[in-house]
Amino acid sequence: MENFEPVIVAFCCHYCAYTAADMAGSQRLPYPANVKIIRVPCSGKVDALHIVKAFEKGADGVYVAGCLEGDCHFKSGNTRAGRRVAYVKKYLEEIGIESERLEMVTMSAGMGYRFAQTATEITEKIRKLGPSPIKTALAL
Amino acid sequence: MKTESRLEKVLAAGHLAVTSECGPPRGCQPAHLIEKAKYLDGIVDAVNVTDNQTAMVRMSSLAASFIIKQQGLNPLFQVTCRDRNRLAMQADIIGAYSMGIDTMLCLSGDHTKFGDHPMAMNVHDIDSIQMIQMVKDMRDKGIFQGGAEIKGAPKMFIGAAANPFADPFELRVMRLAKKIAAGADFIQTQCIFNVPKFEKWMEGVREKGLHKKCYILAGVTPCKSLGAAKYMANRVPGMDVPKEIVDRMASVPKEKQAEEGVTICVETIEKLKKIEGVSGIHIMAIEWEEKVQEICERAGLLPRPQV
Amino acid sequence: MITAERKPLEELIEYIKPFKRILLLGCNECVTVCAAGGRKEVGLLASGLQMAMLKNGSNIDIRQHTLERQCDPEYVEELVPMLDGAEAIMSMACGCGVQQLAMRFKDKPVFPAVNTKFMGASERQGVWAERCQGCGNCLLGMTGGICPIARCAKQLMNGPCGGSTGGHCEISEEVDCAWQLIWDRLKALGQTDMYLENIPAKDWRPGGGSGPRKIIREDLAE
Repeated sequence: MENFEPVIVAFCCHYCAYTAADMAGSQRLPYPANVKIIRVPCSGKVDALHIVKAFEKGADGVYVAGCLEGDCHFKSGNTRAGRRVAYVKKYLEEIGIESERLEMVTMSAGMGYRFAQTATEITEKIRKLGPSPIKTALAL
Repeated sequence: MKTESRLEKVLAAGHLAVTSECGPPRGCQPAHLIEKAKYLDGIVDAVNVTDNQTAMVRMSSLAASFIIKQQGLNPLFQVTCRDRNRLAMQADIIGAYSMGIDTMLCLSGDHTKFGDHPMAMNVHDIDSIQMIQMVKDMRDKGIFQGGAEIKGAPKMFIGAAANPFADPFELRVMRLAKKIAAGADFIQTQCIFNVPKFEKWMEGVREKGLHKKCYILAGVTPCKSLGAAKYMANRVPGMDVPKEIVDRMASVPKEKQAEEGVTICVETIEKLKKIEGVSGIHIMAIEWEEKVQEICERAGLLPRPQV
Repeated sequence: MITAERKPLEELIEYIKPFKRILLLGCNECVTVCAAGGRKEVGLLASGLQMAMLKNGSNIDIRQHTLERQCDPEYVEELVPMLDGAEAIMSMACGCGVQQLAMRFKDKPVFPAVNTKFMGASERQGVWAERCQGCGNCLLGMTGGICPIARCAKQLMNGPCGGSTGGHCEISEEVDCAWQLIWDRLKALGQTDMYLENIPAKDWRPGGGSGPRKIIREDLAE
């Protein structure tokens, strides 16, 4: 376990969070390589099944990154994503996976620093939580 | 006269009738029931015996009515649509009448949600208006609801409830008309605290001449305390306790509140007596039966007429 | 539609614990519309069950499939080739679908994955409300198109009880008083006279009072 490097899947909306990731890159702001970014047209596009499948495949943490409240390119995709994340959190608890492993975050396209900071914070949180129980079971 | 009911006799003779109520105990405590009923002996013309009131299980209204009858009082057997289907209702009505119980009240019943068995199924095979019709047909046509002949029909004096304070208000007089059309002989109303609103409802009743087709007994309740007044004002669905009443209860010290509650009740009765079409007073002193005599005395309702 | 909600995972795990290979079946009809047992929910449940079992140290092979309709034998027949090797079936359809499967596949245990709730309609996205109890003798024509049997907590057929307050039912502020709705409709339609008519005691036989119900259309039945 001392060499545990969490695998974190970040579903990033094309208009805000993904652009913020680009910004972080161009500003040469470091963020952990543990975060695997999946670009989605809108955070509202992320289905419960995508999140659950990520855990099933062994992800230690997942987060959905959408636009700031009121700024969704598709009006309300981010608020829907927020409700969906809350719903999946409950489902994860039922399955026996700590719901803290899943988060909803928001940022604007210009927030390169926020993107890097969020990626770092979530990676550290998941590192403290340890490997997901599914990953552990898969390894056995 | 349709029945042998003492309540009917009192009303038919043109007296202002007085009824009160007695809730059966939550257990096999006939002595407790008798003790409560004694407070009402000679004070009222009939005693309502509630049927699992507030959807809490109690001694059956049929058994409690019989016990009260044995004490020489006149029970007013309450039956709700919540707990029995039409078979059980008719069986109990025949049973009640066979034991000399000749006055009853047909009710929908409080929803089980409010009681101690919220997990129970609500029956509602028929509604209160359909029950009134059923009891009337049992009495006047001598037939069961299913159509078969009854050998020895129960001659019930049929009561129903009315709540002038529930919504939609404009429909409340019409609903009374429906109950009368179904066969209600008398009506007992929800507790009246808002007399002007009750007067408005009575105006509608008189416009349609309904007070001539059935006896209307106006319901009152003495507040035991400020807490009780507030509870009725805020927590009991379909109750209208105006702010003035709550404020008046709050204006006296705690130890004087019970007395104030009785005074308000007496004053209310005085007002109700003057309203054209009111044939009687129904005093619901919940778990406070010992106060009924005082209320009746102060409101000039005693002695009760001999009929 | 017939509405349903998924059962708790814990209960479902108890059902499938003894098996190594199961078939998880969705239905494309009502339960898809109310997001309880369609293709997507089958995927979610399969994934969740698999993870929960894995966590408990056991493996289960869950095959997924969603039928056009589980309550019709023609569609159920499609499953025959898929059942090879499956020890049990778990159905996300309503109780009708579950029973159709149980009747057809006599040697396989069939478990319900959802609790079938009521016949309802969508009030808005994600909200379904009860509208019909299948009483078998519709009286909507007399009640302004609003059903007092399905929507009044006391099934009152002749008007509101004394607990109707400000348009809501005595049981909850979240529940509309059906009779307030009926009254408002009758007024809007100029049909308030209809309220004055006493609706007689209902014959519950068409509503299930005479035992399980069946419809036979002579011209269609074979």
